[in-house]
Amino acid sequence: MNALVQLAYVVAAALFVMSLHWMNDPKTARRGVFAGVAAMGIAVLATWAQPVVVHHGWIIIAILAGFAVGIPLSLVPLTAVPQRTALSHAFGGLAAGLVGTAKYYLWYGEGPENLTTFRMVAIVAEIILGYLTFTGSLMAAGKLQEVKWIPQRPVTYRGQNIINLGLLAIAAGVGIALVAAPTAAWAPLAFPVVIALALLFGVLLIIPIGGADMPTVIAILNSYAGLSAVAMGFVLDNKLLITAGALDGSSGLILAIIMCKAMNRSFANVLFGAFGQVQQAKQLAPGKDYKAETTEGAAQVLEQASLVVIVPGYGMAVAQAQHKVRELYDNLKKRGITVKFAIHPVAGRMPGHMNVLLAEADIPYTDLVEMDDINGDMPQCDVALVVGANDVVNPAARSDKGSPIYGMPIIDADKARTVFAIKRSKRPGFAGIDNELYFNDKTWMLFGDAKKVIGDLVKQLSDGGMH
Amino acid sequence: MHPEQVATAPFDYWSMVFVFVLATFIGVGVIRRVSRLLHTPLMSITNAISAIAVVGSIIVTGSDYPPVIRIMGAVALFASMTNIVSGFLITDRMLKMFKTTPHPPPAAPREGGSDKP
Repeated sequence: MNALVQLAYVVAAALFVMSLHWMNDPKTARRGVFAGVAAMGIAVLATWAQPVVVHHGWIIIAILAGFAVGIPLSLVPLTAVPQRTALSHAFGGLAAGLVGTAKYYLWYGEGPENLTTFRMVAIVAEIILGYLTFTGSLMAAGKLQEVKWIPQRPVTYRGQNIINLGLLAIAAGVGIALVAAPTAAWAPLAFPVVIALALLFGVLLIIPIGGADMPTVIAILNSYAGLSAVAMGFVLDNKLLITAGALDGSSGLILAIIMCKAMNRSFANVLFGAFGQVQQAKQLAPGKDYKAETTEGAAQVLEQASLVVIVPGYGMAVAQAQHKVRELYDNLKKRGITVKFAIHPVAGRMPGHMNVLLAEADIPYTDLVEMDDINGDMPQCDVALVVGANDVVNPAARSDKGSPIYGMPIIDADKARTVFAIKRSKRPGFAGIDNELYFNDKTWMLFGDAKKVIGDLVKQLSDGGMH
Repeated sequence: MHPEQVATAPFDYWSMVFVFVLATFIGVGVIRRVSRLLHTPLMSITNAISAIAVVGSIIVTGSDYPPVIRIMGAVALFASMTNIVSGFLITDRMLKMFKTTPHPPPAAPREGGSDKP
């Protein structure tokens, strides 16, 4: 029986690796989902069939409840995918924390010889990572969902980092004491202290983080959730858990590195830098003002273009303008104009967010171009249309050493012959920084709700085409 | 439980560390080649995969342990199962949308349909 279970686990581990391998191309990616489902099914059945599993009622109830909650969670609008992802990291962390807690108390009561030093290190790592991921991800999900009682703006106070790191140090210190004396009389009382500190640390870790940093933070939490699964594997002596957890952990790590590079910032700076707070909204180019343009004028310029590059940002998702953008894309395409989308790695609220939103609006993924690949074409671009993006097109990142986003790679929208920027109001963007691009001589602002402005553009273009 | 199991345990631990290190390298190698287009679905599928914690939860819930322990296992099992179901379903839902050719414009009845504000 044990050999069969191990065989099933080996097959499942191989399928998980293949599943991720197939994600390297949109053409094979769906095969990856089937491989993942098959692997999961095999692993669950092999585990359930083991003779140690004697009670089935609660298992069935918990699985059915998982389906009851999981199915609605998979049907959220794609603009809400970042929240859903954060929530699932929270569930992952909670599961790891609970299993670690259960195993500790079980062995404390019924088999203290199992609480070896190695296992105790793994248990302490599992509960700290698990519970901090749980509350941290819940906070992140709350911020993304814009829940009322969770502050959206970064919350900072004096000594914040010292308090946070101090808390973590105390948790680690108590954890080390538990590793040293796991069966001491005080140990079952010290264990909840570690849990409480980890839960608190998770909340405090996310409070100072603003919306623009969410892609990185979600990726880091993804990595923590994976590592807590690895720790669970060490505790339970289960190599499938270790493998799957390591795959998840490395995925989160790589995504976090890509996000950090795309913002020219370090992990430490994202987690402890309180981005939204550092910079004062600086008055740029005094005396210069925005030049506004009507949709009619913009439509005329668009008609004459041969290459149009659309730069989408989170504002497009907020305005729900994706489908109108698709209409604009269709209209321009019909006129023989080449239309491309320039996707910045941190546009949106999670890695790859823009691609999913535009794919949902039926825009072929072959026209979604990464920043590094499109920047070479920008000087040949007739019109750059900025839809709800701000910091990712701010030339200050290249030139202004004093700017908080200095050094961040950007999409070179300012190199296009004409720039149209759709903006809801004259307020600065998320980072609170004025955008030099908007004061550029060749930039024309289209003020208004992105959905409405693009709808008007489409209308102008269709009317013009009739006559 | 048996003394000899405890005695052989350290060897097992080292093999687990091996698995962890090698799996991390495989993960890094595979994930680096994932198309940037698919980073959102990648995150949701790795969520579902790391919910393999379900395996540990099933043992804790179903074994002959005290009820308090099993309740913690059942909650963990519920959480993992939620991640498996929603993770795989939403990944597939997103991947279905990635196409090389757009729909013909008239066949677009779901204009803004699923994305109401």
